[in-house]
Amino acid sequence: MSAATTHDAHHDDHHHHGPDPGVLRWVFTTNHKDIGTLYLVFSFLMLLLGGVLALGIRAELWSPGLQFVDPDFFNQLTTMHALIMVFGAIMPATVGFANWMIPMMIGAPDMALPRMNNWSFWLLPFAFALLLATFFMEGGAPAAGWTLYPPLVLQGGANLPFAIFAIHLMGISSVMGSINIIVTILNMRAPGMTLLKMPLFVWTWLITAFLLVAAMPVFAGAVTMLLTDKFFGTSFFSAAGGGDPVLFQHIFWFFGHPEVYIMILPSFGIVSQVLPTFSRKPLFGYESMVYATASIAFLSFIVWAHHMFTVGMPLAGELFFMYTTMLIAVPTGVKVFNWAATMWRGSLTFETPMLYAIAFVILFTIGGFSGLMLAIVPSDFQYHDTYFVVAHFHYVLVTGALFGIFAGVFYWLPKWTGNMYDERLGKWHFWLSTIFVNILFFPQHFLGLAGMPRRIPDYAVQFADWNMVSSIGGFGFGLTQLLFAWIVLKCCRGGKQATSEVWDGSDGLEWTLPSPAPYHTFETPPAVR
Amino acid sequence: MVSTARSAAPSAARANRRLAFRLLVVTAAMFGFGYALVPLYEIVCDITGIGGRTGVVSEAAATTGGVDSTRVVKVQFVATVNSGLRWAFEGPQEPLEIHPGKVYEANFSASNLSRRPVVAQAVPSVTPVGAAAHFNKIECFCFTRQRLEPGETRIMPVRFVVNEEIPRRIGTLTLAYTFFEAEPDARSAARDDAASHGTRTNG
Repeated sequence: MSAATTHDAHHDDHHHHGPDPGVLRWVFTTNHKDIGTLYLVFSFLMLLLGGVLALGIRAELWSPGLQFVDPDFFNQLTTMHALIMVFGAIMPATVGFANWMIPMMIGAPDMALPRMNNWSFWLLPFAFALLLATFFMEGGAPAAGWTLYPPLVLQGGANLPFAIFAIHLMGISSVMGSINIIVTILNMRAPGMTLLKMPLFVWTWLITAFLLVAAMPVFAGAVTMLLTDKFFGTSFFSAAGGGDPVLFQHIFWFFGHPEVYIMILPSFGIVSQVLPTFSRKPLFGYESMVYATASIAFLSFIVWAHHMFTVGMPLAGELFFMYTTMLIAVPTGVKVFNWAATMWRGSLTFETPMLYAIAFVILFTIGGFSGLMLAIVPSDFQYHDTYFVVAHFHYVLVTGALFGIFAGVFYWLPKWTGNMYDERLGKWHFWLSTIFVNILFFPQHFLGLAGMPRRIPDYAVQFADWNMVSSIGGFGFGLTQLLFAWIVLKCCRGGKQATSEVWDGSDGLEWTLPSPAPYHTFETPPAVR
Repeated sequence: MVSTARSAAPSAARANRRLAFRLLVVTAAMFGFGYALVPLYEIVCDITGIGGRTGVVSEAAATTGGVDSTRVVKVQFVATVNSGLRWAFEGPQEPLEIHPGKVYEANFSASNLSRRPVVAQAVPSVTPVGAAAHFNKIECFCFTRQRLEPGETRIMPVRFVVNEEIPRRIGTLTLAYTFFEAEPDARSAARDDAASHGTRTNG
């Protein structure tokens, strides 16, 4: 790395110090901070778009009967909401954090493969243009659920090839992003930054990236089989030709379950950075955190069939998948214990990132517990395809993954912009989000236990009250996110100057850099204790 | 534009490319693994009888074992036609009470209600799961595709034997057939529907 300094001496002849002026900077950039920003902005736009679709769902479910949309369009709303939130909002947001923070946390000047990094991002707008275009096609957008089960998904309109190519592009984007992250972490660490000195966020992303490389191609294969079944006469999933639609469910969930952890592990990492900072104590049980994350990642590949207990499996299969699923509670319990122990007897302060991190620990755990209930085969037969499942995965993905992302944004925003965000507004955003999100999703547990099916635009009258409560929460939570946009915008435009350390208890290489972080950082590797 | 070369010395850049290439190979292998799950699934299903896969035996092999006349197993029949296929399809209405090890014959009947010749394939399934592995067919209309002219009706026999090792706990098993159109020609099917219903076509 000593070459970096000699390179610097004459680089003024060829290069600018800072970013290119003009809009084209964002198109051609290979800078990890620029690309991180692009990912984060893109994911926020997708969050709003997916949120609008969700509000369409909640408006229709405000009261029994069919009010605003016809059932087929309702199914398009649920399907597209899920696809956009999973592949457009949560995943790109975490990749944005990885781009911004990993080089700064391990003392690297940039990502290992900067040009591929640029390409990884710029595939996404095209992928989502393809996906969103299906709304305007004959037969509308995909409406068979984000799980794309055949034969239903093969019976839609013209959308299928567009949705599948969009998924291919998203898959290529995230696999390239992951390869970049793995290479950066394994090859570009500053001297002295051994693997077990890396911040936990870097660890969780390293493991996530391996999950992506292993799971995404399987999903690409599954949708390719759908494509050839529909257009090229193969019979992977068609019983008439000797195929089996249940096979799709197996392949899909072989990808689908690791995908769940792909979405949550980076948030685990963020929370593991935030909690020690505001507890003014090092993370409790660092090594056990690393091993717990790796165990969760491994287990995620052998539990997939718990999504399909009702498909007609032999008892031995159901028992196997039930026990392996419940086993995941062990490493997850280790993590929750460590988070609690990190706070134990710390000198805690409750700035917005800390509030989000604590809410994450509590609310994600609620989602984890309902997951345990779903893991129990006999109970799952009752809960399967009800609103209980909807409540469960929204607790892990909204109050889990998304709250982790919020914690991360408030935590690192002063480092990115050089300004402190408005703490008073941040607290407002936290309390409004937390109250409304619970009004939104907690009643869905009751609805599900009482037997309300998911993905249905109309329902029996006894479900009316809780649905209205849930819809009120939905609109409140949705509108609160406009406040988030305002806080971030306000912080970008000015505010109290942030120090290098930003937070009282901050620890790590990124806090040794000035705020805002310069366009190029760690061109000479830092010394790591 | 920002230089990418500055991020790493040439040897480091080479190491990065090498690792990236290896990960790309892993990606390609996992794409292949997705496809490998297809035959893998077939094998697991054949071994365990998941998915109600039934076995095929010859007449001679079927009768080598003894007949367990002390035991009676009830066999029920289900006949279904997949949506989009305009056939009538029926199986025996009454369950058959059989002794394990003995060969039986049951007659199904199918008629083509549409106005064009149709080729269809029957797909069998046996429940409960533990029973499928012990259910063997000697002769079945599901071994080949069936072609019916418009209005034609055909009696379709199936000769089967339930072997003696079928678990004691299984007192009743169900043999279900579903007919799927084998070479669906979307346009002619739609024309046929329009002709017979006199309504607009969709899907």
